[in-house]
Amino acid sequence: MNISYRWLLDLVPGLDAGPQECADRLAMLGAPVDEVVDLGGPLRDIVIGRVERAGRHPNADRLTLCVVDAGGGDTVQVVCGAPNVTEGAYYPFAPVGARLPGDVVIRRARIRGEESQGMLCSPRELGLGRDHEGIMQLQGTFTPGASFVAALGLDDARLAVDVTPNRPDLLSHLGVARELAAAYGLNAAINALSGAPALPPIGDARAEADPAAGGVSVRIDDVDLCPRYFGLVIRGVKVGPSPEWLASRLRAVGLRPISNVVDATNHVLHELGQPLHAFDLDRLGPSVVVRRARHGERMITLDGVDRALSPQMLVIADDRRPVAIAGVMGGADTEVQESTTAILLECALFDPQSVRATRTALGLSTDASYRFERGVDPDGMRLAIQRAAELIAAVAGGSVEPAAAVAGPGLSPVPRVQLRLARVAQVLGEPFTADQVAGLLAPLGFGVVEAAPASISVTVPGHRRHDVGREEDLIEEIARRHGYDRFSDELRPFRPTAVPTHPLFRLEDRLRTVLVGRGCLEARTAAFAPEDAGDVALLLPLAATESRLRRDLLPGLVRRVEYNFARGARSIRLFELGTAFARPEGGDVPAESTRLALVLTGPRQPAHWSGTEETFDLWDVKGIASEIAAELGLALAPGPAAPILDDALSFRLLAGENGEVRGSAGRIRPDLVDAPAWAGDVWGLEVELTASGEAHPVRFRPLPAHPSVERDLALLLPASLPAAHVAAAVRDAGGEFLEHVAPFDVYVGAGVADGQRSVAYRLRFRAADRTLTDAEVDEAVRRILRRLNDDLGVQQRA
Amino acid sequence: MTSNLEQDLAALEAEGRRVISEAATERELEAARVRLLGRRDGRLTAIMRTLATLPAEARPAAGARTNEVKQTLTRLIDERQAWLDAQKRDDAPVEDLTLPGRTPWRGARHPVTLVIDEICHVLATLGFSRARGPEAETDWYNFTALNTPLDHPAADMHDTFYLAPGVLLRSHTSPVQVRTMQAHAPPIRIVAPGVVYRRDPFDASHAPAFDQLEGLAVDEGITFVDLKATLAEFARGMFGSRARVRFRPSYFPFTEPSAEVDVSCLICGGGGCSACKGTGWIEIMGAGMVHPAVFEHVGYDPERYTGFAFGMGPGRIAMLRYGIPDIRLLYDTDVRFLEQFTGTS
Repeated sequence: MNISYRWLLDLVPGLDAGPQECADRLAMLGAPVDEVVDLGGPLRDIVIGRVERAGRHPNADRLTLCVVDAGGGDTVQVVCGAPNVTEGAYYPFAPVGARLPGDVVIRRARIRGEESQGMLCSPRELGLGRDHEGIMQLQGTFTPGASFVAALGLDDARLAVDVTPNRPDLLSHLGVARELAAAYGLNAAINALSGAPALPPIGDARAEADPAAGGVSVRIDDVDLCPRYFGLVIRGVKVGPSPEWLASRLRAVGLRPISNVVDATNHVLHELGQPLHAFDLDRLGPSVVVRRARHGERMITLDGVDRALSPQMLVIADDRRPVAIAGVMGGADTEVQESTTAILLECALFDPQSVRATRTALGLSTDASYRFERGVDPDGMRLAIQRAAELIAAVAGGSVEPAAAVAGPGLSPVPRVQLRLARVAQVLGEPFTADQVAGLLAPLGFGVVEAAPASISVTVPGHRRHDVGREEDLIEEIARRHGYDRFSDELRPFRPTAVPTHPLFRLEDRLRTVLVGRGCLEARTAAFAPEDAGDVALLLPLAATESRLRRDLLPGLVRRVEYNFARGARSIRLFELGTAFARPEGGDVPAESTRLALVLTGPRQPAHWSGTEETFDLWDVKGIASEIAAELGLALAPGPAAPILDDALSFRLLAGENGEVRGSAGRIRPDLVDAPAWAGDVWGLEVELTASGEAHPVRFRPLPAHPSVERDLALLLPASLPAAHVAAAVRDAGGEFLEHVAPFDVYVGAGVADGQRSVAYRLRFRAADRTLTDAEVDEAVRRILRRLNDDLGVQQRA
Repeated sequence: MTSNLEQDLAALEAEGRRVISEAATERELEAARVRLLGRRDGRLTAIMRTLATLPAEARPAAGARTNEVKQTLTRLIDERQAWLDAQKRDDAPVEDLTLPGRTPWRGARHPVTLVIDEICHVLATLGFSRARGPEAETDWYNFTALNTPLDHPAADMHDTFYLAPGVLLRSHTSPVQVRTMQAHAPPIRIVAPGVVYRRDPFDASHAPAFDQLEGLAVDEGITFVDLKATLAEFARGMFGSRARVRFRPSYFPFTEPSAEVDVSCLICGGGGCSACKGTGWIEIMGAGMVHPAVFEHVGYDPERYTGFAFGMGPGRIAMLRYGIPDIRLLYDTDVRFLEQFTGTS
């Protein structure tokens, strides 16, 4: 909501706070101001110029050669490109040396051979609007050379107020004025308009053919969508440009002046918050009906768009066709034009949900629909139509009929809201007396009566009926008016939470610690995925490549590897903890799982002068996978596990006795990575995290009291025999003293037959109660070798 | 002693420590000695000459300090000389100790994680446990139960991704409030970090998926004063003991009274700078007293229980804290960006 500071001053006499101070105060009242624009400042150098003569430029058809009186006794020659230069008219003029908004400085120039000493300006060049079709012709008489800002009353500031959806009353100058007035202990009220005698109060004409209403009648077919409608006839208006005071007021709030009648309705909208519409009465039948649109009806709206209407939409119609979409926009057919001499002025209330549904369906948001869908003051309609009638009479002449055609019951009165002082203290933590409450609420228009001890009965003014309806709403008003900063912030005792921390947080935290310690960088990526990488579709995606929610995290991380490859990164070690989505298992809500994913590629360590570079390989990803499996209480086993991995180089992470697959690790298939030629293999891992998958608790084992004995065995294995099988057989045959078995060397080559490999195992033996003898260990080794030979055909290497 | 002289001496001492420790040969060490202590053009000699111009009462202290610096530098030169001598001995291991050492890759938590961790840690000291909830929700959890009618303009504040009619990606972490209250009876004090989704295309300050963090406290006797106290305490724990908070009225459908919470600017401390647009304050949280309609939706008695809730954006706090100008950097996963956070966790 754009607020003109000068307009505010009109409504709150005695306000001595400047624009910035008003903005700061509004912020503390709940209506922050996004910016305060000094409207006059940037135009300080602009003066009033009168075009004395305008003739064709001798060397250019489209240019005009003007003689401009810009004060100071002399005239200057100006070349002007605008199509609308009129001799004798007044324009904003930027003399040589003047600075325009955007820091453009006007210089003496020669244009197509003719000297130009300054510039006649368009509204856009002055930052006063988007209009760039011509220079800005001023209405009225001015003194050439006078300050443009002063002459037009532009020494104003525009406050861009950020209004929350619950406060439609602040979508008007009067509403903002009311807040500020209450804050400063002043009064806010609209003033009589200069130049127009006040009209007697406009009456009501409810009968069908009441002559007092000027021959117009109104009927509402859908009272639930339109509880009240006023139609006021004004005849003999002369449509033309608005006087400068009105035009500049509208420009101050960022509107483009259109014509005096339309500008008057816009003025009332911005002053009081009531949207109004003026129809050309001569192009409208005498019976106005407020009804739902009929199947197949169409209408061209003011913006020139031919729109299909539906029965969900409320329209204003005459006996033949719809003439306006209720609360959204009028029709082009009945638009007020220069030829218009009589108007029907509409002032109505429309149902917020209905207006919202209609403007959503039409994709057409207007100043009117914005206010109607948030809620317009039902008690403000009479003031609005009176104000508009007086304003139109003042700026466009004409005679106002003594009564408006009226239909509809109006809104039911707001019930009184009961407020218990004990509840105020229960919520706010500090006590308030009935007098304090009355002192805080009354200046905003609330009626406050103490109904019972410690209980207050409050009537809500019309401008607040859309957001104040229950006790809590009043408590908020009390806190807001009292000032949030005036409440204590002393820490008081509290009871401990009954909610335990979700176990996944601890698990995630531990995994982060492990992986950061391993040199990995944490990624956070969005869960959007292309169609082939997700099963859950977005109804309205931002991009076709992000139309689904990811099935797995790993493909997205591989895309991030490619992103980094493209930026020259060689070493990429990323992990992510995030959510993957699967089709709903019942109902419409997709199933979610929390995942850990990891990718590794490039050198295993930072380059060092002492050695050669080694790159991440299968054993790095297997090592990390086994560490993570241990953290999660999972088993790790070779085997194809995920389509993104090479079947031959992948592992599964398995849970429980059934061996349910929870994750996978291995080499990302090279054909699925868009990698530059210099890049090496990319290794990946993905595993589902479950709250129950905690690592086993640590149990202390007594430290050994006696030394161990180690033996190394070099064994010849057929290439197809897994080393883990041999280790298992060793363990099985080793007896009670075998403490540990692990391979420490693998050799293929000279001395070992084709189809075989030599794997060396280190065996560690120990007894808990004594030192083992060589004979005992030799016996165990013989037993092991016998078993290996008998069961697996494996022999010791000679 | 004049502060100018003190500054000169401190600068000289610091530079002396550096050049002496970097001298790798006797020749370099001698050059350093001449530059620092040389009798003709040495830096210290020049300072000593100015002592005579000082007022008589300032001279003793200045002289003592100057002498102290001279002794320090002399000692450092002697120590360095001894080290250079040791390097030359025949039995010394022949190693060039200036070559770089062997280091592993360094990992890092994501900056948003760092901020979430810290927020949760500070709130843990105020009794908050950590809760979580699904990212795909029904509109009942995301809007209705939070007192936001779907046909009300308040629902416009979030442009939502829908997955099916009535099913959406949560537009805030507030549904976790509802789920937690459904599952537990008061007292409740939880903090719920998580990813939320809004139909905003990526630009410098918007992301369609970003991180949010929600707090909720419900019990008998919880008041607006507790809300203010908790968040003021949180701000001091999170942003330093001198951080102040400011509460401004605002509107959220699921709290009343509602507030925007500003923290004194992290950059300028409140004096006004470009980060706070000259106001001295940075908007960092939304907060308020839980609306009774929310309690009614989860089956709590609003006459018995009161509570407060607050929400903030860890990504935004990370951007402020680390000076990150563009939100896309957080989610682009550029390793050159992520590597800058090594050593923080």
